[in-house]
Amino acid sequence: MIDLTVNDQPLSFDGDPSMPLLWYLRDEAGLTGTKFGCGMAMCGACTVHMDGVPVRACVMPVAAAQGKKVTTIEGIGATPAGQAVQQAWLNLDVVQCGYCQSGQIMSATALLMQHVAPSDADIDAAMAGNVCRCATYVRIRAAIHEASTTLGKEEAS
Amino acid sequence: MKISEVSLSRRRFVMSAGVLVIGAYLPGKGAGANAVGHTTAAADNAFAPNAFVQIGEDGIVTVLSKHTEVGQGAYTGMATLVAEELDADWAQMRVLAAPVDIAVYKNLAFGFQGTGGSSSVANAYQQMRRMGAMARVMLVQAAASLWRVPAQEITVSQGRIRHAASGREGGFGQFAALATRVPAPDLTTVVLKDPANFTLIGRQNGLHRVDSLAKTNGTAQFSEDIHEPDMLTVTISKSPRFGGKVRAFDASEALAIPGVVAVKQIDTGVAVYGKNTWAALQGRNKLKVDWDDAQSEMRSSEQIFAEFRQVSQKSGVIAANRGTPDEAFKNADKVIEAEYIFPYVAHAPMEPLVGYLFWDGSEVKARYGCQIQSLDHKQLCDLFQLPPEKVQIETILAGGSFGRRIDLGNPILGPDLAADMAAAAKAIGPGHGTKVVWTREDDIRNGWYRPMILHRLRAAIRDGKVTAWTDTVVGHSWAVDSAMAALVVANGLDQMMVEGASEIPYSFEHFRCDAHIVPGKVPTSSLRSVASTHTGHAVESFIDQLLNETGQDPVEGRLALMGNAPREAGVLRAVAKAANWQGAGVVEGRARGVGVAKAFGTYVAQIAEVSLGEGGIPRVHKVWCAVDCGLVVNPDVVRAQIEGGIGYGLGIALYSSITLQDGLVEQSNFHNYRPLRIDEMPQIEVVIVPSSENPTGVGELGVPVIAPAVGNALVQLGRPRTSLNLPLYRPNPNL
Ligand code: FES
Ligand code: FES
Repeated sequence: MIDLTVNDQPLSFDGDPSMPLLWYLRDEAGLTGTKFGCGMAMCGACTVHMDGVPVRACVMPVAAAQGKKVTTIEGIGATPAGQAVQQAWLNLDVVQCGYCQSGQIMSATALLMQHVAPSDADIDAAMAGNVCRCATYVRIRAAIHEASTTLGKEEAS
Repeated sequence: MKISEVSLSRRRFVMSAGVLVIGAYLPGKGAGANAVGHTTAAADNAFAPNAFVQIGEDGIVTVLSKHTEVGQGAYTGMATLVAEELDADWAQMRVLAAPVDIAVYKNLAFGFQGTGGSSSVANAYQQMRRMGAMARVMLVQAAASLWRVPAQEITVSQGRIRHAASGREGGFGQFAALATRVPAPDLTTVVLKDPANFTLIGRQNGLHRVDSLAKTNGTAQFSEDIHEPDMLTVTISKSPRFGGKVRAFDASEALAIPGVVAVKQIDTGVAVYGKNTWAALQGRNKLKVDWDDAQSEMRSSEQIFAEFRQVSQKSGVIAANRGTPDEAFKNADKVIEAEYIFPYVAHAPMEPLVGYLFWDGSEVKARYGCQIQSLDHKQLCDLFQLPPEKVQIETILAGGSFGRRIDLGNPILGPDLAADMAAAAKAIGPGHGTKVVWTREDDIRNGWYRPMILHRLRAAIRDGKVTAWTDTVVGHSWAVDSAMAALVVANGLDQMMVEGASEIPYSFEHFRCDAHIVPGKVPTSSLRSVASTHTGHAVESFIDQLLNETGQDPVEGRLALMGNAPREAGVLRAVAKAANWQGAGVVEGRARGVGVAKAFGTYVAQIAEVSLGEGGIPRVHKVWCAVDCGLVVNPDVVRAQIEGGIGYGLGIALYSSITLQDGLVEQSNFHNYRPLRIDEMPQIEVVIVPSSENPTGVGELGVPVIAPAVGNALVQLGRPRTSLNLPLYRPNPNL
């Protein structure tokens, strides 16, 4: 039996402990916001936070989440950084097909939790693992800067 | 589960009292504009026939989009057209996908129901505005009769209906029920706005995409997200070589995986049925299949190119001919030749193909990100041997397409998703919902690539001037044996192989474009911008070379040849101005290259600023792009499509190559089929050239000229012209 917390909800799972966290979240927990894009940690579509750190759920066995706090796109809006990122995404209409965007937002939020004011180089480093085939990268970058400005103002006030 | 329990949509378009429905009037269908509006007894799961717009008592305006949203902003475009004429408030607009009904929802540019060719806004521009205008007339009539005032005295603005003299006003919802009883105006004569009075069409800011929120908070539902009670998830093992057949298989280890419920040989391979995705994936890994390669493609990419090269020595079917090019070559002072080769390219949309289908033995309901409803519907009807009314497709959001979701599957080219879905459902028998999932490996290895293509170009120079230009295009045609053949192939010529090469912006006295279709066993299809994925690079690289060799500036030299191409000249001037073009040349290690094209009625010109990065990988710093797509409906969507199109095209230009070695695809996932990443994305400046011409598409227009713009800059940085085959970055230059 694996016990974990997902978006502040305690959950348990008694299936195959080697099932990737991605498939646990999507097929068992019904949280389909986290996406499958490659299954080999090459695209970032499956990014979730585990104890605040971004991880690729497609290569992480659910057993590794034992006792951990997992946050997904469905829960990230409850954090100030997540909210600022989602709002910036809306303001700039970042999305196109949208399929990569849960992962983009999770990686961007993790970045802003670490660095309130990331440079372009910080953005490159934190976001290069997230592929967007629609190539919305120009707006992803702009939206991260915008969210950073919002968070900076919140901190100042 | 019975078919009546299969919920095709949780957000369905409801027919009920008090809902105003605007649709197309079709003789024989018996439905006028508002005929269904006052139907009270309708089953709540029925779509209103012929509907395009529905206005409920809650004031929500729902548009049924006949175009699939693959990321290109089609839903936002359809909503804008309706909202403009309706004078709706943007916040009250919603969009759903239309059901399959070819007569009602056909793409007016194609004659069948489907999305592609950057045609959505262009073909629906008048149609959807009329729907909005009609709804407005009926709401105003309803208000006039309720308030007992002349309709002409009523105004509508931002979703509010007002009568200034009496001070009365209300929202759309209040009048929806009454409006259903107003006689509908004639759809073809309803008066549309003068473009000068547009408030939403062309608006620069504040009109956000209708799908932004759901795609930002994880609630948007894609095919991959479908989860129905008792559903089986299906993976399919397919032949590693194109054309291979199952000889035998051993499922014992696969069946031992917990959650694997069945393994069946099907028409398209061997299917593994799992209770969840993980079981279906593991089961397939354990499956042992012995493939019969008697009919398979066994060649390598080099051998296919060698065949193309040989064929290119003869002239093919003439696509365009002016003057006497052969004479001009005889009289030339100098002949310049070039060859450009293009590999297979996988579209690799972010969401691999997935589809859900339920068959109860007599009816089929399918739900997925369907792109060409007409073709898929016909395939499913044929595969299940059911009449059209027994097969329903519910279209949902697609996680990208770039052409990949155009399902050309058929007995000649081979099966694609619709055939997989049908085969998987049939093999397990009626009464099971089945969701066929493709992994990234399936996506990269299962074919339906942009065809391999070769261009052989020649130019005659006399007295320092180009007098003749010929281009022989050799390659596979994705269209020739497909359901699209009638639309694009005639007399041995595939228009979708030569667009951008048979008509070029430059006028030469002697000109010829000819083409050879070389059959192949690898299934091919159209990739975002179609022929322009190769003609753009071939033509714009070659013209640049000719200008170079005759000592002319890449911008001025092009303009001098554009006497018959005013709109191409317009975008080229606009981009040169935006980039402050100062001529070719290397400044601080950076060079600039130019490209111009027309595709799908839209004109684009780009300038790329490039340097050589680590390991010789071209580094693109900035791209300026001017676009002329007629009247612009959603400027921000146009900018987004150009930005994304440039990124997508740059990824293809730099890296995308599917290669065969002894018939086996050498790539499998993003580690060896390299996508463009954020650290490689250039800055982009988009200039929209103002125009009052009818709108044309932009979804594909970022793609055609990014490759030559980068390549032409690379030449100035010292790369030989002969090294500009795509992709531009080749760890192994022999491939
Ligand atoms: S699906 Fe996990 S990184 Fe691609
Ligand atoms: S928005 Fe389509 S893949 Fe990123």
